[in-house]
Amino acid sequence: MNSAVLNIKNVKKSFKENEVLKNVNITVKTGSIYALLGANGAGKSTLLRIVTGLLNSNGGKVTIQDIDVADNPVVAQKLFSFSSQNTTVDGVLTGYENLHLIAKLRHDRYPKKIAEALLDKFDLTEAKDKAVSTYSGGMRRRLDLAMSLVGDPEIIFLDEPTTGLDPKSRQELWDTIKEMKSQGKTIFLTTQYLEEADYLADQIGFLREGEIVANGTPDEMKRLAGADKLLLVFNNHQDTERALKLLESYLPIKKADYEVSVDLDEEIKTTLNVLNALTAEKIELKTFKMITPTLDDVFMTLTKG
Amino acid sequence: MMNVFQNVSDTLTLANRIIKHNIRSTDTLITVVAMPVMMLLGMVFIFGGAVQIPGISEDEYINYILPGILLMTIATGSAYTSLRINLDKTSGMFDRFKSMPIAKSSVLGGQVVASVIFMLVSIIVVLIVGFIAGFRSDATFLEWLLAGLLILLFSLALTWISVPFGLAAGSIEGASSFSYILLMLLFVSSAFVPVEGMPKIVRIFAENQPMTPIIQSIRNLLDSQAVGNDLWLSIGWMVLIIVISYILGLKAYRRV
Repeated sequence: MNSAVLNIKNVKKSFKENEVLKNVNITVKTGSIYALLGANGAGKSTLLRIVTGLLNSNGGKVTIQDIDVADNPVVAQKLFSFSSQNTTVDGVLTGYENLHLIAKLRHDRYPKKIAEALLDKFDLTEAKDKAVSTYSGGMRRRLDLAMSLVGDPEIIFLDEPTTGLDPKSRQELWDTIKEMKSQGKTIFLTTQYLEEADYLADQIGFLREGEIVANGTPDEMKRLAGADKLLLVFNNHQDTERALKLLESYLPIKKADYEVSVDLDEEIKTTLNVLNALTAEKIELKTFKMITPTLDDVFMTLTKG
Repeated sequence: MMNVFQNVSDTLTLANRIIKHNIRSTDTLITVVAMPVMMLLGMVFIFGGAVQIPGISEDEYINYILPGILLMTIATGSAYTSLRINLDKTSGMFDRFKSMPIAKSSVLGGQVVASVIFMLVSIIVVLIVGFIAGFRSDATFLEWLLAGLLILLFSLALTWISVPFGLAAGSIEGASSFSYILLMLLFVSSAFVPVEGMPKIVRIFAENQPMTPIIQSIRNLLDSQAVGNDLWLSIGWMVLIIVISYILGLKAYRRV
């Protein structure tokens, strides 16, 4: 299951003078979750609109299972589904009618059956005959995801799927996305939430000003922000200054009044050496802890430009 | 052949969606069905006695204005077509449809089919109320059929004209506001009073804008009178409107 389902090669897009995408290259493996991370205005939605054939690019190529999206849109459209940022469900129709509509438009042979099955799968059976306008934000998003599964697409594109959801609904949606992956679906999502990308993605791409500035697994990404760190907290100013001098060879950084951090290139060895050195010099520690960089650190590092 | 069948099937599926929207919207039903009925009753029973048209008695006034009221029903209906199209654009529904393996023409076609069906149902309701209020016609079956076809063509023309407006408008208010232009055109035509009594400049405009020959054709057909050039002029206007609006509509849809 390691073959690439989606290939984005050298995609460019400009709106008049404004270059929104600059030679974007992304490969997504079958059965994985790819998160495209970037700040507002980075070009995430533009890229997604090009990938799904809603917008023409100014260069480059997008293929889904080797089908060129621009050349064969109708064939490619059978292979994917797309949920835009707006939660594209019909508020006037009921949950059942929404799913039935999409199933009929995807020419499913058993639209009633598939609608019922998806309502059950997404825990919406109780509300199936209620107008979607009465649904909560979380329910609407669940219905939106259910609609994305109609027609058994190879890859599902989700544009900022959890934007505007409360923490409980967000967690529920994350679980649903993970479940979709466990059933063999490939998911390509855009997000500006680092936590979301970290929790869900097998592969992350950082998009900054229209360019992929980093690409890799969440762990690989975190390493971009540097090594793990040892944070030492002292009781007073004097001990802090003595420690800074003692640990000079480890290039310590003063983080706060009584706090000093040291890069851990060799985690256990360096930790033991530092603690032994402090003990030998009778410099008392209030506490210490290991710090692993988060995606926030990576984001801050990468968005500094 | 399969593609044609699928396109028709998709168009009907999408039309069914819009029909559900119309039926479930009290606001739409009031504006598109109840309002023209109230206009008809008001014109006949309140203004009817005060309006004097040479050669037309007070009792016959309903026969004179009914064609105009029928076109007004279609014009108000087209405002809702534009509004629904705009809602689908702004809510992202078009994005979903456009990313699915269905023809672009089916998405707009669904809107058009639903709109025309809804307009024709409204027309039937207004006609029934018209008959109850005293409308009588000497038209033969063929004349009724021709009048019906003109009404159908007018519904198609106004529905298609609402497509580019709905797609181009930035808001719902903007999308439906174009119907005021259509209503204004109806008032500055022979819909409710003869154009002969209008000031010269207004009269020239009224005589040469599309609403007048369409109304005259329907009126004469329902009155079993000769329609003359008005019939061909009406058809010409409406076909032109449909063709231009269709081209502009598809162009605007590609940009959405």
